[in-house]
Amino acid sequence: MITDILVEILTTNSIITAFIFVGLLTAISYKFSAHFTKGYFHGSAIAIILGLIAAYMGGFITHGDNGIADIGVFSGVGILGGAMFRDFAIVATAFGADLKALKNAGFIAAASVVIGVILSFFVGAFVAIAFGYNDAISITTIGAGAATYIVGPVTGTALSAGSEVIALSVAAGLTKSIIVMVGTPIIASRVGLNNPHSALIYGGLMGTTSGVAGGLAATDPKLVPYGAMTATFYTGVGCLLAPSVLYLIIKAIM
Amino acid sequence: MVIYGVALLSFCMLAGIFIGEMIGKAIGIDANVGGVGIAMLMLIIFSNSPSKRYQLSSITESGVNFWSAMYIPIVVAMAAKQNVIAALSSGWMAIIAGILAVIVSFLMIPLLAKISRGQSNDY
Repeated sequence: MITDILVEILTTNSIITAFIFVGLLTAISYKFSAHFTKGYFHGSAIAIILGLIAAYMGGFITHGDNGIADIGVFSGVGILGGAMFRDFAIVATAFGADLKALKNAGFIAAASVVIGVILSFFVGAFVAIAFGYNDAISITTIGAGAATYIVGPVTGTALSAGSEVIALSVAAGLTKSIIVMVGTPIIASRVGLNNPHSALIYGGLMGTTSGVAGGLAATDPKLVPYGAMTATFYTGVGCLLAPSVLYLIIKAIM
Repeated sequence: MVIYGVALLSFCMLAGIFIGEMIGKAIGIDANVGGVGIAMLMLIIFSNSPSKRYQLSSITESGVNFWSAMYIPIVVAMAAKQNVIAALSSGWMAIIAGILAVIVSFLMIPLLAKISRGQSNDY
């Protein structure tokens, strides 16, 4: 009976429960970071990995799409980690950001978004061809998915691609965003990702808002506003280019 | 007042998303073009205002700074709600496409940074 009451309290106050969930996850991660990696592997990187593991377990138990948030008591995690609060917090990080760094990087930041979309698209398209796809619509949709998991379905729907191809494009985009989250802190110093200028370029090239948000949080929170700023233009540019110019190029090649 | 900061932040976000939707409509695509980025620009302009009259008090600022500090916990929650199973169980093609796209993009960072740095040094 006590567990019933407890579950009910945790479920009806789901966002509050989510605060505790994330708080505990973060505390464990920072302890782990300090004791076992001597701070070399950042606490928030570990917290994000633990979050992904929790998401895997949630999906495994419930067969749902929203990771651990599909389990009743953790439904608040879905709200706290949803697009509304994510975007709200991202905008807040811009407070006090350096306007000069933005102005200096204006052109290259815009260019990096376009280059990023085209690059990811053709990598995805190439992989699709390597795996035996030979119709322009499927190749374009999978290429678009390699940009972000929003560009993929938007493009696929516009070109009336098959639903399994659209599902694959979402999976490619999801993989990308997870790899960016986990990989960024590991590779950051090797690619010179340690200043606002390169963070702007990084955001433009990667484009996945959640990947960039997670990756920079675990690398250097001060860089978040710069990367997030350019990343938010990426999906729009992708939705613009993929079903139009990029599709025509693929059609001409095939 | 703390709420002034939170309200300012909320206003910037909604106005940015609205403009982003409008840009999307204007160029004929069903997506938000840079809405959050525009919201960030608005907030940066507010926070860098040179005029004394529009400078925010530190308590007002704390309303924004709280949400800025909540950013990492929110990202952790975001990680915990991803469809990790779908990403891992979709077969190798999607996974390879995702991984290769990231690797190639990472390799471009130093290149683009170098080109743009070189240009700005020439001024």
